[in-house]
Amino acid sequence: MERKVVIPGEVIAEGEDYLPGENTEKRDGKIVSLRYGLAEEQNNLVKVIALSGVYAPRRGNIVVGKVENITQNGWIIDIGTAESAFLSINEVPRYVNKDAMEEVFDIDDMIIAKIWSIGKRGIDLSIKSRDLGRIDNGMIFKINPNTVPRVIGREGSMIKIIKDGTGCNIDVAQNGFVIIEGENVDDEVFAKKVIDKITEKPFVSGLTERVTKFLEENKK
Amino acid sequence: MDKVMTTPEPTGERIRSYLKDGKRFDGRNLLGFRRITIDKDVSKKAEGSVRVKIGKTEVVVGVKLDVSVPYADSPNKGNLMVTAEMLPLSSQRFESGPPKFDAIELGRVTDRGIRESKFIELEKLCIKEGEKVWTVFIDVYSINDDGNLMDAATIGAIAALKIAKIPKYDEESGKVLYGELSEMDVPLSDSMPIAVSVHKVGDSLIVDPTRQEEDLSECRVTLTNHDGAISSLQKSESKELEIEEMKKIFDISEEVSRKILKEIENNLK
Amino acid sequence: MSEKFKRSDGRAIDELRPVEARVGVVPNADGSAMYRSGDTIAIAAVYGPKKMHPQHQQDPSRGQLRCDYNMLSFSVSERIKPGKNRRAMEISEITKWALEPVLLLDKYPNQVIDVFIDIIQADAGTRCAGINAASLALAHAGVPMKNMVSSIAVGKLDKTLVVDLTKEEEDYEEGEGPTDIPISMTHDGKITHMQLDGKINAEQLKEAVDLAKGACEKIYEIQKKALKDAVDFGGEEK
Repeated sequence: MERKVVIPGEVIAEGEDYLPGENTEKRDGKIVSLRYGLAEEQNNLVKVIALSGVYAPRRGNIVVGKVENITQNGWIIDIGTAESAFLSINEVPRYVNKDAMEEVFDIDDMIIAKIWSIGKRGIDLSIKSRDLGRIDNGMIFKINPNTVPRVIGREGSMIKIIKDGTGCNIDVAQNGFVIIEGENVDDEVFAKKVIDKITEKPFVSGLTERVTKFLEENKK
Repeated sequence: MDKVMTTPEPTGERIRSYLKDGKRFDGRNLLGFRRITIDKDVSKKAEGSVRVKIGKTEVVVGVKLDVSVPYADSPNKGNLMVTAEMLPLSSQRFESGPPKFDAIELGRVTDRGIRESKFIELEKLCIKEGEKVWTVFIDVYSINDDGNLMDAATIGAIAALKIAKIPKYDEESGKVLYGELSEMDVPLSDSMPIAVSVHKVGDSLIVDPTRQEEDLSECRVTLTNHDGAISSLQKSESKELEIEEMKKIFDISEEVSRKILKEIENNLK
Repeated sequence: MSEKFKRSDGRAIDELRPVEARVGVVPNADGSAMYRSGDTIAIAAVYGPKKMHPQHQQDPSRGQLRCDYNMLSFSVSERIKPGKNRRAMEISEITKWALEPVLLLDKYPNQVIDVFIDIIQADAGTRCAGINAASLALAHAGVPMKNMVSSIAVGKLDKTLVVDLTKEEEDYEEGEGPTDIPISMTHDGKITHMQLDGKINAEQLKEAVDLAKGACEKIYEIQKKALKDAVDFGGEEK
């Protein structure tokens, strides 16, 4: 099946062979889209990849958030979801003085963390891994979270091209935050420009070639 | 209230240090304005209407006229009323309900710039002294906020006034015949008031901030210039300015307003 | 139906005014759209799903839809005072009823989806244009939906049924005068909104519903195209 934009209620496939996957349902033997997006079929499983929509948190996702409040045993973090996210002191891989929690993370600090569980009461975060914790340095900005897979590329191919082309270290969090750290702000602004180019038209054909060309043409 | 993330501090630091080098993320210099585009007649029931875009910031402004009684202290002058609404449609940060201070200030600063520059010749809007005069309503609506709604509002207001026509008025019935526009323009003087807001971000003074930059603005001074004169000024936010800084702001606003004036004239051609 | 009836703008009785639809008109929003029918222009923006505030309005079993319909002061001949009036409040609720049946809100307990509709220019049929824009904006925002909703005003001018009334037609004075029947439907033909002002018999009202169905199919195609055109594959690829 060809890659195709579908809208809610649109019939994507007909026939008993097809199974409804993500963002679709079966109605009178037809696979119908429940969302605006790109329809895809693999081994008779039909799904729709969303083009838009607020970030839907998933276990294991790396996210960036802002410290919103400090409680007795952890920090409330705004990661741009309707449910609030919580980072418990037990998920911080070091000793935390309960009387001086703001010394670890203060209100308005930006942190990068991992979602380790999603429950009825909310989202639980952890920073018990390498490279997680407070973001002290780097340019942070937000992109449409649905374009994150395009910015990262298959097995990280796209982000590698951008890193190599700009000399910057780049982290892309699943909730749409990008952190760029380079030798100077000029390099970071350049890397941001490349990423903006991808997110403006994420489904344009030959994206890799376009990005490579842009990097070459705009290099100082 | 919904929490909406403002510009994160590590990014803010970079914006400020980049500004110190005279540079901005989108490639502009500190006194550079984004591209201004003006679409005319976007709402036909208005006597004059425009859409103004400054980068991704967008406002729609309409001018309506109606006949009413003059104020007692100006029996031979038309009335002017400017309001601004920051539509919740245009940003997650704006809420439904009664206007918040930002929207009130937006309307009032726009009003004063137009009123004090005497851009509208209100005495020519008198139909019968002490009894009937035209009231000019200017309504500003935000459609998308990516910073600097303030300057967009005045640009929209003067552009809408420039193209507005006075509707016909039936003296006998005392009714305004909407939809039947006379060929008469709203009487305007040559001194077009241009509002320029100068923002202090870190140690730098900039104009036309994006939303990201406006988040970091500690102080805003909006000046309305026309023909080398300043007709209104408002310093906003509780941040002090050095006298020298304030003086510099006067010069910046004059210089930038000339450029904007040219852009508006090109757009309205 | 009378065959001789002439509409003032020369349209056939089942002919829509020139329509234009586009998504992405408010970059700040999670989804947005413009819908224009003749001289009526509506824009809609969607924010959410997001946490419902105030907290006491939260529903732990499902998400909620909030609609806000507003006319710009200069969208009509006689300036409207900015701010909420009763008419706008009723249409806001009607719009919610028209759209909520297609939304899959179970996934969003304690959350709300905000839809803001602003009428930029009005020449009758503003609630229908608003619903068409809102349906587009909801889809554009990636909100899970069973179907699209399309909306049209059918009118009876004297004895003749026509679709998509203009203001001039709404003020029709001959014979039995005007009857205004705004109707909204899902693409699979379910009615989510219907109102009527005027005078009509049941038989003819049934005809009016069928006429609305045909018009909504055309509007659906326009909505579909607007959403599909918004994805840029670039170059040669379709």
